[in-house]
Amino acid sequence: MNSSIVFQTGLYLLILAALAWPLSRYLASLLDGSLAARHGWIGQVDRAVCRLLGTDAEEDMSWWRYAMALLLFHVAGTVFVYALQRLQGVLPLNPQQLGAISPDSSFNTAISFLTNTNWQGYAGESTMSNLTQMLALAVQNFVSAATGIAVVCALIRGFVRRKASGVGNAWLDLHRATTWLLLPLSIVLALALVSQGVIQNFKPNQTAQLTEAVVYQQPKTGADGQPLKDAKGNPVLETVKASTQTLPMGPVASQEAIKMLGTNGGGFFNANSAHPYENPTPLANFLQMLAIFLIPAALVFMFGRWVGDWRQGATIIAAMTLLFVAMVGVEYWAESHANPLLVQLGMDGHAGNLEGKETRFGLAASALFTVITTAASCGAVNTMHDSLMPLGGLVPMWLMKLGEVVFGGVGAGLYGMLIYAILAVFLSGLMIGRTPEYLGKKIDAFEMKMVAFAILATPMLVLGGTALSVMLDVGKAGMANPGAHGFSEVLYAFTSAANNNGSAFAGLSANTPYYNLMLAIAMWVGRFTVIVPVLAIAGRLASKPRLAVTAGTLPTHGPLFTALLIGTVVIVGALTYIPALALGPIVEHLQLFGEVAR
Amino acid sequence: MMSTLKMVRPAVTLFALLTLVTGVVYPLVVAGVAQAVMPGKANGSVLQHNGQIVGSSLIGQHFEGPGYFWSRPSATGPMPNNGLASSGSNLGPLNPALQDAVKGRIAALKTIQPGQYGAVPADLVTASASGLDPHISPAAALYQVHRVAQARGLPEEEVIARVRRHTDTPLLFGEPVVNVLELNLDLAAS
Amino acid sequence: MSHSKNLALFDRTLAVPALVEALRKLSPTAQWRNPVMFVVWVGSVLTTVLGVQASLGHGEAPAGLIWSISAWLWFTVLFANFAEALAEGRGKAQAAALRATRKNVVAKKLASPSRTAKVQVLDSASLRKDDLVLVEAGDIVPADGEVLDGVASVDESAITGESAPVIRESGGDFSALTGGTRVLSDWLVVRVTANPGEAFLDRMIAMVENAKRKKTPNEVALTILLVALTLTFLVVCASLLPFSIYSVAAAGAGAPVSITVLVALLVCLIPTTIGGLLSAIGVAGMSRMMQANVIATSGRAVEAAGDVDVLLLDKTGTITLGNRQAAAFIPAPGISEQQLADAAQLASLADETPEGRSIVVLAKQLFDLRSRPLHDAVFIPFTAQTRMSGVDIGGVAAAMAEEGDVAVDIKAATRQIRKGAASAIKQYVVAQGGVFSDAVTQSVDDAARRGSTPLVVAEGARVLGVVELKDIVKGGIKTRFAELRQMGIKTIMITGDNRLTAAAIAAEAGVDDFLAEARPEDKLALIREHQHAGRLVAMTGDGTNDAPALAQADVAVAMNSGTQAAKEAGNMVDLDSNPTKLIEIVEIGKQMLMTRGALTTFSVANDVAKYFAIIPAAFAVTYPQLKALDVMHLTSPATAILSAVIFNALIIMALIPLALKGVRYRALGAATLLRRNLLVYGVGGILVPFVGIKLIDMALGATGWLQGI
Repeated sequence: MNSSIVFQTGLYLLILAALAWPLSRYLASLLDGSLAARHGWIGQVDRAVCRLLGTDAEEDMSWWRYAMALLLFHVAGTVFVYALQRLQGVLPLNPQQLGAISPDSSFNTAISFLTNTNWQGYAGESTMSNLTQMLALAVQNFVSAATGIAVVCALIRGFVRRKASGVGNAWLDLHRATTWLLLPLSIVLALALVSQGVIQNFKPNQTAQLTEAVVYQQPKTGADGQPLKDAKGNPVLETVKASTQTLPMGPVASQEAIKMLGTNGGGFFNANSAHPYENPTPLANFLQMLAIFLIPAALVFMFGRWVGDWRQGATIIAAMTLLFVAMVGVEYWAESHANPLLVQLGMDGHAGNLEGKETRFGLAASALFTVITTAASCGAVNTMHDSLMPLGGLVPMWLMKLGEVVFGGVGAGLYGMLIYAILAVFLSGLMIGRTPEYLGKKIDAFEMKMVAFAILATPMLVLGGTALSVMLDVGKAGMANPGAHGFSEVLYAFTSAANNNGSAFAGLSANTPYYNLMLAIAMWVGRFTVIVPVLAIAGRLASKPRLAVTAGTLPTHGPLFTALLIGTVVIVGALTYIPALALGPIVEHLQLFGEVAR
Repeated sequence: MMSTLKMVRPAVTLFALLTLVTGVVYPLVVAGVAQAVMPGKANGSVLQHNGQIVGSSLIGQHFEGPGYFWSRPSATGPMPNNGLASSGSNLGPLNPALQDAVKGRIAALKTIQPGQYGAVPADLVTASASGLDPHISPAAALYQVHRVAQARGLPEEEVIARVRRHTDTPLLFGEPVVNVLELNLDLAAS
Repeated sequence: MSHSKNLALFDRTLAVPALVEALRKLSPTAQWRNPVMFVVWVGSVLTTVLGVQASLGHGEAPAGLIWSISAWLWFTVLFANFAEALAEGRGKAQAAALRATRKNVVAKKLASPSRTAKVQVLDSASLRKDDLVLVEAGDIVPADGEVLDGVASVDESAITGESAPVIRESGGDFSALTGGTRVLSDWLVVRVTANPGEAFLDRMIAMVENAKRKKTPNEVALTILLVALTLTFLVVCASLLPFSIYSVAAAGAGAPVSITVLVALLVCLIPTTIGGLLSAIGVAGMSRMMQANVIATSGRAVEAAGDVDVLLLDKTGTITLGNRQAAAFIPAPGISEQQLADAAQLASLADETPEGRSIVVLAKQLFDLRSRPLHDAVFIPFTAQTRMSGVDIGGVAAAMAEEGDVAVDIKAATRQIRKGAASAIKQYVVAQGGVFSDAVTQSVDDAARRGSTPLVVAEGARVLGVVELKDIVKGGIKTRFAELRQMGIKTIMITGDNRLTAAAIAAEAGVDDFLAEARPEDKLALIREHQHAGRLVAMTGDGTNDAPALAQADVAVAMNSGTQAAKEAGNMVDLDSNPTKLIEIVEIGKQMLMTRGALTTFSVANDVAKYFAIIPAAFAVTYPQLKALDVMHLTSPATAILSAVIFNALIIMALIPLALKGVRYRALGAATLLRRNLLVYGVGGILVPFVGIKLIDMALGATGWLQGI
């Protein structure tokens, strides 16, 4: 019973709501400045930070200045993260003596962490020094999440303000979101995770004596370090015996906490949240899942509070929740059917598809995590998505393709959903014979232009990038699986990158100059072609008067609008991606089950 | 343009400040508290035998002798359960390599415990996500009891009792699981 | 009315020229204006080229299929062109009728603003703003203008359809002249207020002629959305070629999808239904305005009309019939009702105002009192000083005596009957030593509370009683307001009456609020107040003193009978000068927006079925398993694709009537309306093409055409 998907999902949503509601109150007071006004010492810290920055805390930035501030902040981050990776070999806190990372991988990783994607072309435990993990990656986990919060704050201010010229102060928003929200939550979560067994130390890796030595074969390498080949060109294998196991060490818990709370998803280890040192128990797993949706959900409630009508937030939450529950249902259904080809071989099919899953999580918690991590822009995985059943893999891919608006990334999910809401309002407003308005703000050509940019960018990147890659040899070379699944791997990669998720069909060998560059472009463009239009919309909306709600106003709360919002999200997502999905997971599914039936 | 240039200083300063707070202070504070309050967990839940580290209760090891319970297949390279290269197989459901691998694992099990019929528990023949999964399902453990008992010359009830002892039934979430390394260490110690 | 002749939707006189025009619009320069249809046009050209290639034996697909698809793509473009041409044709027919009134006429240009100034005869087309012209009996007014001097009766029936001539004179609210009207008597000196081509009619004509029509703000926003959708589907279809090439290699079966099929898919997916009909909807909206005899000076104003939250309506003429009518005689104590009626009738016999006449009529109805000729009566007209009117009977001699300087005792010889507002009569009676009793005061107040205007009648120093003049609320207006309330529109009655009267009429008419004792500046303040609270305000006005409020209001309808200043300040002119028209204007605005929204939703919803038709057809050779998606069980891949394309073209044709007539507006709450339209155009839009494509496929299958392709 306690492993049932219904119970877990129900309990999850219940606890999520119970935590997000009070957090939204805190968030609202933090971000509108009333917290600093109420507690003098917080205000003093804020002012001290601004003094240090040499700026005026009161400066109300225009949307353009706000965007420039975020961009400059990100440029500083890119340079720093790139440099740290290139120089990690000569820097301290590198017990494994790891060398500099290649330029293309460093660039990809810098963009990846900066854009809150946390796509990982590398394997963490064998690539990144502790210093790089802490000072470059974990820091970006904080500030990229803070960026999302800042952007959504600016957008909400756009709705709330009347005939205002500014959308807030970017420096103050970034600082407040990081220092007063993400940091304290992370400390609490990190310690909770340690209590479950997540490691947090600065020790060198430990060596354990194996109870039973492992004998295995590996390609023999010659003196030049190249694999040796026999006369026929096949690699020469040598038999090796290992009597020890290396236990990786490092400051994992601190990074794990913000990785979840900031919907980043960049794991310390290659296996990410499937790794026992990152995610050791079902309870730890549950906490991680909660952490992913906590701030996104609280931000939606905060939106309702801020615009002065909690129902506005509740409506969006309802739309998100319904989409989420539906997707959990499909995912669990798909995964609970074992691979029929393996059942034919004599495997017990009752347990469902366990390839690429961890025993301690079981089917339900794996399916739930998979949906949560791709509904949000987290991208942490406790299951290897590449080995999901075809429809089980379609669900996360499609959730990302929707733009990760089902709770979504920290800040990004809400502003993404508000873009959809504007679209829904535009069409439905017309249908009741009024030029469209949302929360009292008229939606006209400028807003639609920005909405168009935001909605167009990702399909272009996803479909364009995939199309290019399946035509090029460098693209096809990365595929680990043959046939339609190879196509799915590439499609998944660009979907994940352009939507800043970071999860992968990890069989794809993406740590190549081609993929590192292409995916970095997808991540950067995917992030900022949404953020800049959203800020532009914020600026434009802020400058407008707020119209009164009358009986003729289209109500943007309640079941009708919930359904409308869901419909808009689903239709836009479906129409754009049905052909691509048909040639990937859908045909895979039909092949897999059609073949067995025959 | 000038006004944009003026924003460089706050951008860099804020970045430096937040790097210091979240990149240095934060992990040190968490590590400090963790090391003080729960050093065992913070340092990897390491298992020791006679002062020697023999593994971690969280990290699975590879077993292939008849007298040990086998762990889940591991897809790490170059050796299974490589602690420095956590990874799943990433094989898609239609990949012939997946069918070959499962076929091989089923064959290996049928060879080492001949005469055992019935479907093989899925977790014993499919690779885990991390390649370091320390657990198997109780069904997968029970599937191996007869073999282990025979190899060790122990009564099956005794082995089943050990399995039960190392079975974790989580309070709220997740499935009951058997910790393979702890179970095997327990068997080896006797 | 000459120009609102109702033409049948596909009237031959319109349809034939529209067909010709549809062909002419095939030129790329014409298509470029509409990005969605331009893509279809490019697709048509492309498939034609591919068809030629296939016919020459180098085809990427069977020539029969390519030509069929190509032909239907051309039809798609033609149908959209036809819809636009048809709408324009209707508009032009109306415009032509209007323009007929604008034939160039001879103008008498004056050198100075005096009738006697030197006259230069020239063509009306060469008149410029601020020129002075003389118009005499029989002349056609050469341009819109303002009367500077003279009084004349003018026949405006060419514009308004109202046959009774109206008086135009300088100053005040009757100084505006519209070009094309005819002066029947007397003469006018007129200052021209518009250059040729800038008059109201010219602007209106320009707007129904599509080429000159600027897109309205909402139309621009919608076009952006449609372009975004088109670009998305362009990427979707373009990427399918590499996807298909990869899939063929991976599956080792089939052939890559053909360009023809991709073009077909693209055209089916992009919102051609709304893209093709969008401009027709806009033109039809303007044309509906014109049919209602309203000239809008911008499309923006028509759109804004759909958004109006508050309607300011003048009481007189809009809510009530123009004139108050006597409804009852309430005698003072000791006076019979008949006595009062008799006196009131006497006092009113010479009163030619509608109120006065109604008193005479009421007395006749109630007591059969006939109006009688009075030879010895002197009628006292209403003046602003006395605020009374009445009659002195038997005072003729007295008056004559006065003229002849003969002193006569006036009191002995006359009955002096006066009627007027309570305060005026009170003053009058008290001045003569009479008493204005409490009972009368009570009657006055009661009448006022009922929304009536009390008129007190006195004879000499004696108050006879009260005549209750009642505002007659127009029939059906209450339901109209209830509908407006349903639409979420608040109605506010503007009246010069006192609060008591205003409240009673407001209650009777069912308006939401009223502004009593309103002065022009009060109106302006009220508009500002509502706008500040975030509401859009519409109003009508005719007087010069309405101009500031008209300029302030979001939708301002000036009466054609109003002054030039009022017309300049408003953004619409009602040629019929009917203030109730505002309600119709709001509905037309809403209808236009609704039609756009409904067709966009329908268009996008259609795509679902088209995917189910085309995707399995296009890829089944590579992945036979995809046949599972062919839920419609279509005959063959070729018929499936062609059916989708044919459906896509025919649906444009089928929806032309809806685009031209507009989605019917129902006065329902926003949520109810949305639910209904979503059900019809959203859910319907998903289901209809499944049926349509299946039927077309069955027809194609039955003909056996394309068999074996």
